[in-house]
Amino acid sequence: MYTPMQRYVLVALRLLIGWHILYEGFSKLLIPNWSSMGFLKESKWILTGFSDWIISHAGILNAVDFLNTWGLIAIGTGLILGLFTRVAAISGAILLFIYYLNNPPLIGLEYSVPTEGSYLIVSKTLIESIALVALAVFPSGSFAGLDILVCRFRNRNNKMEE
Amino acid sequence: MEKEKEPTTNSEKKNDMAQKPIIKRRTLLKALAGIPVLGVFTFELFKKWTYDQEKKNMILQELGLDNIQAPAIIKSSSATKNDLLRIGIIGFGSRAVSHANGLGYMHPDDVEARGKNDTLKDWFAQEDLNVAITGICDVYDLHAENGLAIARNEFRAGGGKPSDIPVKRYRTYQEMLDDKDIDAVMIATPDHHHAPITIAAAKAGKHVYCEKSPAHSEEQLYEMYDTVKNSKIVYQLGHQIPQSVIFQQAKDIIKKDILGKITLVETTTNRNTSDGAWIRHLDKDGKPKPGDEKTIDWDQWLGHAPKVPFSIDRYYNWTKFFDYDIGLIGQLFTHEFDSVNQLLRIGIPKSAVSSGGIYYWKDNRDIPDLLHCVFEYPDRELTLLYSATLANSRSRGRVFMGHDASMELGSAISITADGDSTRYKKQIEAGLIDPSGPMISFNPNSGKIDAVTSATEKYYAARGLTTTTINGLQVDVTYLHIKEWIDCIRSGKTPSASIERAFEEGVACLMAHKSYVEKRRTEWDPVNRKIV
Repeated sequence: MYTPMQRYVLVALRLLIGWHILYEGFSKLLIPNWSSMGFLKESKWILTGFSDWIISHAGILNAVDFLNTWGLIAIGTGLILGLFTRVAAISGAILLFIYYLNNPPLIGLEYSVPTEGSYLIVSKTLIESIALVALAVFPSGSFAGLDILVCRFRNRNNKMEE
Repeated sequence: MEKEKEPTTNSEKKNDMAQKPIIKRRTLLKALAGIPVLGVFTFELFKKWTYDQEKKNMILQELGLDNIQAPAIIKSSSATKNDLLRIGIIGFGSRAVSHANGLGYMHPDDVEARGKNDTLKDWFAQEDLNVAITGICDVYDLHAENGLAIARNEFRAGGGKPSDIPVKRYRTYQEMLDDKDIDAVMIATPDHHHAPITIAAAKAGKHVYCEKSPAHSEEQLYEMYDTVKNSKIVYQLGHQIPQSVIFQQAKDIIKKDILGKITLVETTTNRNTSDGAWIRHLDKDGKPKPGDEKTIDWDQWLGHAPKVPFSIDRYYNWTKFFDYDIGLIGQLFTHEFDSVNQLLRIGIPKSAVSSGGIYYWKDNRDIPDLLHCVFEYPDRELTLLYSATLANSRSRGRVFMGHDASMELGSAISITADGDSTRYKKQIEAGLIDPSGPMISFNPNSGKIDAVTSATEKYYAARGLTTTTINGLQVDVTYLHIKEWIDCIRSGKTPSASIERAFEEGVACLMAHKSYVEKRRTEWDPVNRKIV
């Protein structure tokens, strides 16, 4: 059980991250012919080979772009509405962690895209990813979000079957 | 969580559900807590989108570019395609493979390889040009056999049907030109053969598609020009770059005077590999590539060039020697000149000055590896500069510099306003145009012109990384260039890289070459039509 303050803070964090991810998704949708190719070309560290493989196959790149854009929109919507909150939070954490692994600010890795802050190993992407893990561990959908209805619906069905 | 009293029996359960509200009002409100947030988000998203669109449109409207659309690929009308065109290819090295691909033919091995890595689709979507490669001529058996395998492959682009005309190998180009069953030839030999073969082909009434450079000497160039002009053949020089859709946009940008008065055009070559410096006689393992006196007709390969003993170095690395071509000027500046000439119609320069030397690749080469050529057009009040290095690959692009803006024209177009522009003074002061980054970019794949707004977009546009392979097909520019030539053969029109353009280019190149060799400034005498 959480105190009311803990509930407010958790819900606020969920809404803000949801907002951010939802807009990331929509902004990709709104740029004509947006592609993850630029980002993947810049990939350094352990996922370089995988990223190159994606870029060299037009069909796969296409699929990745589609899944990425709509994945972000789905995750963002889920977090804001508190619908399937835990699934949304875990998927978001994994997605963000993949972004992080593609361009971690490690010593010796140089990127041609300038970053908007100063990072050493830890970046905002990594922090946001861990924040999503926190949201999965401390679920808030069951007291503020559509998960309440999902819960009810499931419980009722279970009861009917009894 | 609120606990509700558990009903005991089944009938009680149903009864209970019918009477009591399933969810309390307060719980429902909590469940819907995210909805207003989503509402605000949607509202803000719409506001942001409208703002971005308005800003983009404002810049495009100010510049009169709001109605530019990417041109569609023009389909040949079926009426003009009735006659099968029989094509012979003279010189079947790597460039001829691209020509064959453009004609809709591909080697079975390439078909398989490209099928695996998902790049066959674009080629396969090429329109069938109703042509047949019926003749292959190469002095080297291995190359000729490669050509025959390509010409005989029945898997064709655009649903082309294999013709029942047998594919013939010709030992000499004269033999091919004498054959009545050849309508047109494509020439992709070393440069010293270009003009002699073109002249012979024009005399034989065969249409010509010839790789650059047009001619190796002044005498050849003048004779070629006269012969082609006095014939009825359609001549196209192999400059495929202006076939790119972005060239159409660039033309519009020039026409709309977005750049202001253009006084300097800077073109460059930036290479830093042995392959780029035309050292190509070794394979990946450092062993000499195949070919010897038994399989290569060396006398024919030399043609009019001075007689020298067979050399695998000369055979594969002919570009290094002035006997066969004019180096950077003939191989790479030709493309630059044509790009500029297609856009600005500059024609023959009044004067040319070249300087350079062999500073890095100190082998047996004649050609400089660092070279600068300056061409003056006093009538146009414009200087064309060519700066080339084979020892550094820093990308310097191709830039048209006007008083109001600069246009970098590569695989994408990027236009940056000049900080001291007269025309954009107000917009720069109002913050609508930022001279520190590109104000317009054109991405050939997105099919539309865009005013650049976000920092990331600006960043990628500046480096030409905005290209994508998402929607639409990647169309091969060589195919478009060949298609233009073939359409002109059927319609009697003049192609873009016509004999006139080839002559202008040939003169400019030979002026620069003469200047380098004779270490002096050369000029064009328009009255006597010769370089002095």
